[in-house]
Amino acid sequence: MIPTIWTWLTSAQNWVGSFGIGNRLAQHVGYSLLVVAIAAVIAIPLGLWVGHTGRGRWVVSATNAARAVPTLGLLFALALWVGPHIPGRAAFVVPSVIALVLLAIPPILAGTYAGVEAVDPAARDAAKGLGMTPRQVLARVELPCALPLLWSGLRSAVLQVIATATIAAYIGLGGLGRFLIDGLAQADYAQTAGGAILVCLLALVADGVLALVQRVVVSPGVSGRRRRRRGIILAPGKDMGHGNVAHTTRA
Amino acid sequence: MIRFDDVTKEYPGGTVAVNGLSLTIPTGQITALVGPSGCGKTTSLRMINRMIEPTRGLISIDGKGVADLDAATLRRGIGYVIQHAGLFPHRTVLDNVATVPRLLGWDRAKSRAAAQDWMERVGLSADLADRYPSQLSGGQQQRVGVARALAADPPILLMDEPFSAVDPVVRQQLQSELLRLQAELHKTIVFVTHDIDEALLLGNQVAVLRVGGILAQVARPADLLAAPADDFVADFLGHDRGIRALSFVGMPRLPLHPELTLALGEVPPADAPDWMLVVEGGHPLGWVRTAGVQGAVDTSDLNRSGTVASLTASPREVLDAALSSPARRGVLVDDAGEFVGTVRASELATLLEAGQA
Ligand SMILES: Nc1ncnc2c1ncn2[C@@H]1O[C@H](COP(=O)(O)OP(=O)(O)O)[C@@H](O)[C@H]1O
Ligand SMILES: [Mg+2]
Repeated sequence: MIPTIWTWLTSAQNWVGSFGIGNRLAQHVGYSLLVVAIAAVIAIPLGLWVGHTGRGRWVVSATNAARAVPTLGLLFALALWVGPHIPGRAAFVVPSVIALVLLAIPPILAGTYAGVEAVDPAARDAAKGLGMTPRQVLARVELPCALPLLWSGLRSAVLQVIATATIAAYIGLGGLGRFLIDGLAQADYAQTAGGAILVCLLALVADGVLALVQRVVVSPGVSGRRRRRRGIILAPGKDMGHGNVAHTTRA
Repeated sequence: MIRFDDVTKEYPGGTVAVNGLSLTIPTGQITALVGPSGCGKTTSLRMINRMIEPTRGLISIDGKGVADLDAATLRRGIGYVIQHAGLFPHRTVLDNVATVPRLLGWDRAKSRAAAQDWMERVGLSADLADRYPSQLSGGQQQRVGVARALAADPPILLMDEPFSAVDPVVRQQLQSELLRLQAELHKTIVFVTHDIDEALLLGNQVAVLRVGGILAQVARPADLLAAPADDFVADFLGHDRGIRALSFVGMPRLPLHPELTLALGEVPPADAPDWMLVVEGGHPLGWVRTAGVQGAVDTSDLNRSGTVASLTASPREVLDAALSSPARRGVLVDDAGEFVGTVRASELATLLEAGQA
């Protein structure tokens, strides 16, 4: 079993061509990036706004509740309802992207909101009292303090999107999901398992990259990597985030 | 000068936190706002920098109504220190302190230089500059908070219970350092506290508020202790008012008595008095009971119970020096800490009684 998977993964001919692993991987990465980018552009400003103003908390609860909708069902529904109104290939792309964006928004939104919410009220009060405008309070204090949780939400979203983007293959969009579907259809277990392994590896690599970026963008003062002199670990950003932002993946 | 003119703050929901407050806060002095919890101290303070807007009445700084100024601009010109410091956890100590200079548009180098300077002035060592707030003790965090408030050298400093969350020893240090700084800086400081002793210690003027946000009395510390306006103020001042008032009255001219002194290693003379003061290099070390000394005096013979007062000390410290001395003679020292003579409690009491203070 394992040797056949290994053979499938390493044979050069499986990597080339428009149906090859190389192209499928690129498609998968491309969709995932697009989806997370769109979700971040929506969820981060929204989360900052809700956290900063304290208004519209229901938005966060509502999107959290929306996580219960199965993404695959949503994908088919969108493909059936929205697809016919869109010309050409976009008829397939748009429904998948929407379905995956809806999947990615809740963790990013929840992480951002929870991060801003958790900012020490005294720091916020001091920022205002020293003469920061509301925008400056948001950009210079709330956002950087919220980053550990925000980043956890983002990582969570990336993992979910990479795992779930396999379903886009059901409506003909390619990506690594193709190998799962084709492999199952052809009873080619090496291909199915190989595809699954590639999805896992991609997820691990993406998470590793984000973890490295986190070291650069998150201040050591809030990341928990610096310890108190007395040896107590303060707010371990990563763990805290994982507690608040559930790591669930569904396909 | 900061003026409150018939200022009232009623919160949504009907709580009247401040009620018709009229108060003048003189330039270059410390005004302590004191009163029980919930009496409207914080609300009053925060109306000065428009963190809270009054419902009625006028607050002005040097004749200009604060309501007419842009809130952020106003706040950048007023130092602000709060109870839990409220440091920015993601910024280093130095960057925390440089906050207001940066907001005012000073360049990076100038802001950092100012921040370093103020860190030193509030007693923070330079090697803390690159730490993050979570790596500091509570006392250090409060100092950073004070340095941050002063960094752009504002003429006014608002302080809301800045020392109430640190332990008593550190609190005492911070209090005396504030007084030392103020002697150099002459800021207009509004200092909120619920601790009457802190208010009496720090305030050139003390404003006592009662619950409901009503000003009960405003006076200099000595006058407050000498003439509380009503039962509430008297109760709030608490016990030992006579003794505590001695901190604030002038020291009468008191006769200084010479003292037969010994150095370590000397043998008390045969006709020695009961207690003799041991002095080394001019500095008093303690008393010895001559009857108990075997041969030469060494440090194990010393009784250190007596406090030492300086020539510029208040009657309270001088009286304490006399009463705590086993010889009942209080040791006085000069600015250099060198022994100058002793005083008697009875003589001080006589002068105080005669009202020569
Ligand atoms: N934002 C607010 N909304 C409603 N009531 C408030 C608010 N802030 C303070 N209060 C009330 O106003 C009163 C005075 O509060 P405060 O000025 O904080 O008192 P202090 O600082 O003297 O303890 C209290 O009764 C408090 O509960
Ligand atoms: Mg208060």
